[in-house]
Amino acid sequence: MSALEAVRMAVQGVLANRLRSLLTLLGITIGVASVIILVAVGRGSAVAVQTQIEGLGTNMMTIQAGGRFFGRAASSSSTFTFLTMKDVQALSDKTIAPDIKSVSPVVSPSSVTATHGVATETPGQVIGTTASYAEARKESVVEGTFITAANESTHARVAVIGPTVVQNLFGSADPLGQTIQLNGASYQVEGVLKSKGSNGIQDQDDIVIVPLTTAQDFLVGHSGQLNQIVIQATSANAVNNANAEATAILTPTHSNTDGTAAFSILSQSSLLQTTSASNHTFTVLLAAVAAISLLVGGIGVMNIMLVTVTERTREIGIRKAIGARKTDILGQFLTEAVLLSILGGVTGVVAGLVGGRFRIVGVQPVVESYSVFLAFGVGVTVGLFFGIYPANRAAALTPIEALRYE
Amino acid sequence: MVLSRVSKIYGAGEIAVHALRNVDFRLEQGDYLAIIGASGSGKSTLMNIVGCLDIPTQGRYLLDRVDAGDLDDYELAWIRNRKIGLIFQSYNLIPRTTVLRNVELPLIYARVHRSERRRRALEAIEAVGLANRATHIPSELSGGQQQRAAIARAIVTDPAIILADEPTGNLDTASTREVLQIFGRLNTLGRTIVMITHEHDVAAHAKRVIELADGEVVSDVRNAPVGGPPPFPKLDRTHKAVVA
Repeated sequence: MSALEAVRMAVQGVLANRLRSLLTLLGITIGVASVIILVAVGRGSAVAVQTQIEGLGTNMMTIQAGGRFFGRAASSSSTFTFLTMKDVQALSDKTIAPDIKSVSPVVSPSSVTATHGVATETPGQVIGTTASYAEARKESVVEGTFITAANESTHARVAVIGPTVVQNLFGSADPLGQTIQLNGASYQVEGVLKSKGSNGIQDQDDIVIVPLTTAQDFLVGHSGQLNQIVIQATSANAVNNANAEATAILTPTHSNTDGTAAFSILSQSSLLQTTSASNHTFTVLLAAVAAISLLVGGIGVMNIMLVTVTERTREIGIRKAIGARKTDILGQFLTEAVLLSILGGVTGVVAGLVGGRFRIVGVQPVVESYSVFLAFGVGVTVGLFFGIYPANRAAALTPIEALRYE
Repeated sequence: MVLSRVSKIYGAGEIAVHALRNVDFRLEQGDYLAIIGASGSGKSTLMNIVGCLDIPTQGRYLLDRVDAGDLDDYELAWIRNRKIGLIFQSYNLIPRTTVLRNVELPLIYARVHRSERRRRALEAIEAVGLANRATHIPSELSGGQQQRAAIARAIVTDPAIILADEPTGNLDTASTREVLQIFGRLNTLGRTIVMITHEHDVAAHAKRVIELADGEVVSDVRNAPVGGPPPFPKLDRTHKAVVA
């Protein structure tokens, strides 16, 4: 029996019970589509985070107190040394840190309420910093100006606000020159920041920036402790040197009793590394879920093929009685299983590509072509593999028994 | 075809069932044999052995000088395809498949080329008078028509022997007459036919009748010579003459 005839018989078999065939291939479809979509979601989130990190600026590094990332206390330290203005001065010394272009101290008071008239909100971020912060963190204003050196020296009560704060406090009105209250005290709006959107974790436009000295006066107190120091390297090539210099400057005064560093320096590349590692885990997890669903689809194919073989026992007996060989019967049912899988795979690819166009859990998926071929290939292989057992059962039937079957 | 001391025993020891005991006969080409017996006489078992669907426990079965017991699965399938044409009581056509495709099926398994396959199938369908129903599916045909399609399928590979198991068992009088007419014509053209039946009326259409009881041959009667035409015209049940 030629391959063409096997295909014709398989098509006839699939069409014999359309609803059942549809439900069977649906299993493969869902499996294939979910592999494509979930891998795309993983990739999309990686791309989003990467873009966001790259938007931070290649020359920028963030120094935080504490031996672990994101400022959490190192559990093994007995002295927790904070970052202070002394550190800022040391880092600003061009003789010992020639590759550091600017040093911006940052304080982040928590639970600050911003009010304008009757409108009130608690901004996601309120920070006090210096003028050099703008260039280091790639913040720019669409209106007005950023914090100036004059603001710092005069401890001026001015604020630069982000678009979300504008929306919440002023609606569509122009906030420039207007007054807002932060924890009761009045500040004049000096500038409006350019929109940066969301980084997947927080709304970056929900921010209020005031001069460092003003923040120390009114919002955080004069303990001298800094939450962060943002440094900018002189150029992209100087980043490693700047990192080394900063480490050298801070290590003597910021070490744990066990010798580990009581501070951490986050740069774009280290951030990228961390996120890429965690995203990799995330993507693998998603792919595993999708693979499981594909497996379930394959089991569905096997189940239905077994039912089909049992139903057509008589027919198999007839075919054998008129001269079909074992391989003919095997080929017929295996082709049917593969046909179901191919149909399921094709619809799965279409569904995956269409589904990948929509935002899922806030992420814009990025469909990877390797996942399409992989999913389709695995889908067909799964169908082939799970179709072998039923096809073997069919081929092994003896004509007499099969013909006697009611 | 030679059956030499063929026995078929199911089970062993006390519960052994001797379906066939030392059955012995020869069949020449061109003969028209009817095997008659009550149910349980072993005629179905004999049919299965002759049709290479089963092998004897003892004895030998030779078809065209080939010992069926020596053959493996692959060769048995080949024999069933080329040497034997099977016709069943319940027609056994593949459902939801046209008559044409049903008749072509043995040729598909014989790997015959598309155009020749088509031609031979149509010839066989013509021979049984079903040309106007070639594109119908079994559920659209009457019992007699389905059986005729089965006959066409049985002759399409030009087999050495046609085996019919109670071919008229499910048919009405008119269809029975039609089918027996076709058998008679096929035999006149030289085909060897073996027919299993339990009705003496039907068996009377054959040139030789072997009677089975309890697995043994109890009588072997020749009604017409091997070389000559089958014994018809014959009176059917309504005692009307059958037109040849």
